[in-house]
Amino acid sequence: MKALLPIALLAASGAAAAGYRLPDERPIVLPPGDGAELTAATCSACHSLDYVTTQPRGKGAQFWQDSVGKMIKVYGAPIEPADAERIAAYLAATYGRKEAAGPS
Amino acid sequence: MADGRTMNGVDRRGLIAAMAGAMLPVPGWARAGDGHAALPFGNGERPLVRYPQKRALIGLTARPPQLETPLALFDGPITPNDAFFVRYHLSDLPLDIDARRFRLALGGHVERPLSLSLAELKRDFPVQEIVAVNQCSGNGRGFFEPRVGGGQLGNGAMGNARWRGVPLRALLDRAGVRAGARQVAFNGLDNPQANGIPDFIKALDVDHARDGEVMVAWAMNGADLPFLNGYPLRLVVPGHYGTYWIKHLHEINVVDAAYDGYWMKTAYRIPDNDCACVAPGGKPDRTRPIGRLNIRSFLTSHMSGAQVAAGKPVALSGIAFDGGSGIARVDISADGGASWRQAELGEDLGRYSFRSWRSAQRLAPGRHRMLVRATGRSGEVQPFDPLWQPAGYMRNVVEAVEVVAL
Repeated sequence: MKALLPIALLAASGAAAAGYRLPDERPIVLPPGDGAELTAATCSACHSLDYVTTQPRGKGAQFWQDSVGKMIKVYGAPIEPADAERIAAYLAATYGRKEAAGPS
Repeated sequence: MADGRTMNGVDRRGLIAAMAGAMLPVPGWARAGDGHAALPFGNGERPLVRYPQKRALIGLTARPPQLETPLALFDGPITPNDAFFVRYHLSDLPLDIDARRFRLALGGHVERPLSLSLAELKRDFPVQEIVAVNQCSGNGRGFFEPRVGGGQLGNGAMGNARWRGVPLRALLDRAGVRAGARQVAFNGLDNPQANGIPDFIKALDVDHARDGEVMVAWAMNGADLPFLNGYPLRLVVPGHYGTYWIKHLHEINVVDAAYDGYWMKTAYRIPDNDCACVAPGGKPDRTRPIGRLNIRSFLTSHMSGAQVAAGKPVALSGIAFDGGSGIARVDISADGGASWRQAELGEDLGRYSFRSWRSAQRLAPGRHRMLVRATGRSGEVQPFDPLWQPAGYMRNVVEAVEVVAL
């Protein structure tokens, strides 16, 4: 509601301000797997899931552990250690293996 | 390629769906299909997306928005505003800017802090125009081998526009930079979407900020900045990577020390050596903030997989640019580098601009690996082997396009 209010006010007043409307976010469904829902809910709290799905495949488990770790350490993502571990494991299993070709 | 093997690990189903026609799938192939594009590297399928003020562009991410320009749209030296790439770091975008109430603040280590309306900015200072390339530091990151994390861009995160605004020097002089000033920091109205994410603030050394070329721009190509390119004001830093071109610019802060925020101290760093590179997969001993663009060139009239008529002149064209020396020459090879011909350069719009080039060549029947290589007035040339760095910045290898003459 907080985010919608200024746009509604602009429309009502017909002000000359440059109200900009972003298109609706395309829904992205992560491939099924242990931790898929947790991963989708946690990551999408701060960014769209294409940040995840467009990353190169086959980079191994460390790549995804580092990625999740960066979100916590650098960007302050409020993720409990147990959840972080589960998310990194899901991402590594889904996207980290060389032969993995999950849906983008 | 009739065996239909995958290219660079591209998923075949996505590839076939993206083909939307009888294009020959050769390495390096990329074209926009119905609703999506396939960038020529593994996991490179992207939706084509429409945003207000923009034509259909290649969507990398939605929140925050990141859009890149299909390479075929670089068919002249100026990139249209509605085709210009978009890159944000932070998701809380200032969607409801009121131009009449907007203020640009300039403060910090100055004698007289300023707070300027758009009208004052446009009325009370000298106005200048400069044609300059804005290119994302990570343009082409998706081509890095070994692959690196980050935004997996093709080569479309670049654009060239005629920017109109006031020189930053004029603003700094009006405010009176105090002795001991070291850097000038810039902040835009876009904000972190959550606590803990560092605000996107970038800094330039005072001497650079006062060079008379760095400018605060309100227009590109004769129109207001599109919202996604920084409306109502953005910093223009000719010859330098887009990370410094702060959008929705509203705060300029002169500081008496090196600004040490995350986006300067930790992010956007390159190996501190002559090539700004390390051995593939390696790590640099020391780093420095990314700076000037290196030299690049592209064939944009033909995408890989294009079919041309054998034995007749084929009109090849494209663009070239560097970090500000200006393009001295562009050479084309139709045989993978065995022989080269000098291209004809187009109009010179200034040393920071795209320089268009063209070359008519007759091609014998068969497959041709076309290479384009630019040379700057500085003597800088594009390398034949890609330089590698862990963040995936500054790709500038000689690019190849495979065409088939029939």
